[in-house]
Amino acid sequence: MSETASTTHGVLAGAQHEHPPYQRHHFSSVAQQFDASNFAMWLFLLTEIMFFGGLFTSYLIMRNWYYPAFVAGSHQLSIFLGTTMTAVLIISSFTMAMAVWCAETGRKRDLILSLSLTLLLGVVFLCLKGFEWHGEWVEYHVPGLRFSVENFVNPASDPQVFKEYHDKPLATDMAENVGQYFFLYFVMTGMHALHMIIGVSVLTFMILRARAGDYTSGHVTFVENFGLYWHFVDIVWIFLFPLLYLISRHS
Amino acid sequence: MSTSTLVTLPDQSTAKIPKVNFLNQENGLLSWILTLDHKRIAILYLITTVFFFMIGGAAAAVIRLELLTPAGDLVAADTYNKLFSIHGIIMVFFFLVPIAPAVLGNFLIPLMIGARDVALPRVNLLSWYLFVIGGCFELYMIIFGGVDTGWTFTTPLSTHYVNTHVVGAAMGIFIAGFSSILTGINFIVTIHKMRAPGMTWFRLPLFIWSFYATSIIFVLATPVIAIAMVLIVLERVVGIGVFDPARGGDPILFQHLFWFYSHPAVYVMILPGMGVISEVVSTFSRKRVFGYTAVAFSSVAIAVFSFFVWAHHMFIMGISNYSALVFSLMTMLVAVPSAIKVFNWSATMYKGSIHFDTPMIYTLGFLGLFTIGGLTGVFLATLGMDIHLTETYFIVAHFHYVMVGGMVSALMAGIHFWWPKITGRMYPESLGRLAAIILFIGFNLTFFPQFILGYLGMPRRYWSYPPEFQVLNVFSSAGATILAIGYLLPFLYLPWSITYGEIAGSNPWKATGLEWQTQSPPLMENFPEIPIMDHEAYDYDWLERHQQEVASV
Amino acid sequence: MELQSPRSDETHGEHIHVVSPKVYLAILVILLIFTATTVAVSYVDLGVFNAVVALAIACIKMMLVVLFFMHIKYSTKLTKLTVVSGVFIFFTLISLTLADYISRAWGRW
Repeated sequence: MSETASTTHGVLAGAQHEHPPYQRHHFSSVAQQFDASNFAMWLFLLTEIMFFGGLFTSYLIMRNWYYPAFVAGSHQLSIFLGTTMTAVLIISSFTMAMAVWCAETGRKRDLILSLSLTLLLGVVFLCLKGFEWHGEWVEYHVPGLRFSVENFVNPASDPQVFKEYHDKPLATDMAENVGQYFFLYFVMTGMHALHMIIGVSVLTFMILRARAGDYTSGHVTFVENFGLYWHFVDIVWIFLFPLLYLISRHS
Repeated sequence: MSTSTLVTLPDQSTAKIPKVNFLNQENGLLSWILTLDHKRIAILYLITTVFFFMIGGAAAAVIRLELLTPAGDLVAADTYNKLFSIHGIIMVFFFLVPIAPAVLGNFLIPLMIGARDVALPRVNLLSWYLFVIGGCFELYMIIFGGVDTGWTFTTPLSTHYVNTHVVGAAMGIFIAGFSSILTGINFIVTIHKMRAPGMTWFRLPLFIWSFYATSIIFVLATPVIAIAMVLIVLERVVGIGVFDPARGGDPILFQHLFWFYSHPAVYVMILPGMGVISEVVSTFSRKRVFGYTAVAFSSVAIAVFSFFVWAHHMFIMGISNYSALVFSLMTMLVAVPSAIKVFNWSATMYKGSIHFDTPMIYTLGFLGLFTIGGLTGVFLATLGMDIHLTETYFIVAHFHYVMVGGMVSALMAGIHFWWPKITGRMYPESLGRLAAIILFIGFNLTFFPQFILGYLGMPRRYWSYPPEFQVLNVFSSAGATILAIGYLLPFLYLPWSITYGEIAGSNPWKATGLEWQTQSPPLMENFPEIPIMDHEAYDYDWLERHQQEVASV
Repeated sequence: MELQSPRSDETHGEHIHVVSPKVYLAILVILLIFTATTVAVSYVDLGVFNAVVALAIACIKMMLVVLFFMHIKYSTKLTKLTVVSGVFIFFTLISLTLADYISRAWGRW
């Protein structure tokens, strides 16, 4: 729709000089078009920073208020799983960066390969995340829907975690506040996963267009901008990982 | 017509609306709802926001009728709560925040900077659709029973104690928020990357600087309310969350997140107005805006300060005294850039050749009303005073002076000023002046008594009040009736003028902006060829030379 | 990638800077090493410094991703300023909100 619309009213302006088919008519040059969309993407990421900013603020305040509950909640997560997910995501960021390089240097076959690897790693991350969520569901750690304080008022009821951390039992009211930890855990990882799902969908679409050779003929804007998005999602996880998994190991 | 007017119209017997313009270049409903043209999208926004304004205005009318008598006799208490909530939500999120950026900004920014379109036309259209979808959620909410939390969604009231359509209203605001974000991104990119050759930052009209500042707020503040709304919805759906004190949450955390957006948002509601005023004051005084740089940077300063003052909405909510002190001080600092603007506009008029056309009358109204609204804001920023005045009618009067007296006057000034550019035809000048004066009188009669009522201690958001407050409330309701006439008049004569108004020609006000140097209504891509900016903004000498050149050709 | 802009405006000086895959690979290795480090450090009891170290490492990782994967090192001042202002407002939100919470208990100890 957009392409046809812009060509119809492009008759009046800019029709006389030559430009590549991907340049839209209201821009005077490809460089201007690239600059504009790249800058727009950065502004969008600014928005995303503030979007997650509200969640990080809530997490910091709640963690300070209910420190023991957040420690007990954090002990329920598997550091091994968290580390694996971090590694998967970082590698996917690398393959995405490689995809941008392939697009810039016009390597169609390598571009498709890099994008496919990124897609694969993204899906692996989501599967691991789903596996972790399933674990919390089984263990009655989903606040509001399926939650029990049993593991926190009586840590020995969860031998696997107890063996590693030897948590002291929490008073019932503090154990209730573990719900706050898991609420924020689910909202933060959920928002992150939502961004991943959007990213994975766009990747699928991009692979199809890359096969048609759309990105290896000089028009790299879309790949570059999507790369920024993907790296941003990676950065969010770089912070979620220590906050949710690591910093409460000893306490 | 009186001699004080500035208008120069082409000879009506020979003048014609340009044969090809953005209004008729493509035809049919599809060409409108799938348009990528920024001017058409502006008109789509105009229609939708005016529709929401009517809903919000109808709610306000019933509120004022109810408050005519001390007893709660017209509507039930619950209904009254829903009415003021609908009035607040619709007027703030679906009228004041979007109308100036999305209507005037969309229409004028590319024209003023000499671009063919905004940088991201498809995103621009998407943001209108998001706005409409968000609006549909609010309509659903209104039709199926409304919401009674007030526009502030105060927790835990909104999350636990009411059983109205909070989820629908919050989702609507969430979606409309993304519409604002996309508009903001679009404007910033457009202003940075799409300026015509020679259009340097300090040759930009001050209108552009204001809208740039507005867009910064859109991009940085809106996502915070989006996440706050998500948390409210989740808390209602799953029954636990970070705001519920009964489950260990903290309602003040919600206030922090909410006002981190909503305080900057009130500057979103005034900054575009200030941009309009700069253009109008300069044009109708035939003088360059006094202190261009100061006015430009004061817009940016207001946007930056807006992020450091939000907790002044929370002085009585239990925030710490120390942080209240800091926020109080920061709030008073906002008075500095606002005052810079008001003084510079006054200095612009000093020894100018002032013409009292409709936009200028609205502008003079703006200056008075905004000054009163701004100064009472300083009262409210003072900690001790705030404890006495907050949550009374004083605060209602204060923000209506800024948002309605200020912003809506500026908006009316802008719509009248650019009406000939948008439609190619003039509105009826004498009716326009009449409406402007009625609006000013009606507005003061409505809201000035509320300052007194608030000072005497009448709390806001109640549907009945002690009988000794009745006289002032009657004044206020009577004023609201006059105000309504002031609004209805333009609703009648502006559509009339689309068909019957005099043909305006490209530059009826002899204004200097690039938007006036192209035909009215403009072409789809604004300019036959991209203009080259070779003079400063508001350079009336350049305009005279330029007109002579055009005439000699 | 040669992109010629017909206009030499100050806003259009940017050309795409192609970063070599070697740099990307080096960054990947450093990121993975930092990930291993942060996990390893979390097994050592450092008291409050566990959180400090973990967040510091996260910040370094973020810087690496932003500078190299997201090409900020090679981009215009405008883009750099955009990133910095985003981080600044993010810290404003967190610090001013926390300032309220922290100072509430002052004088009541």
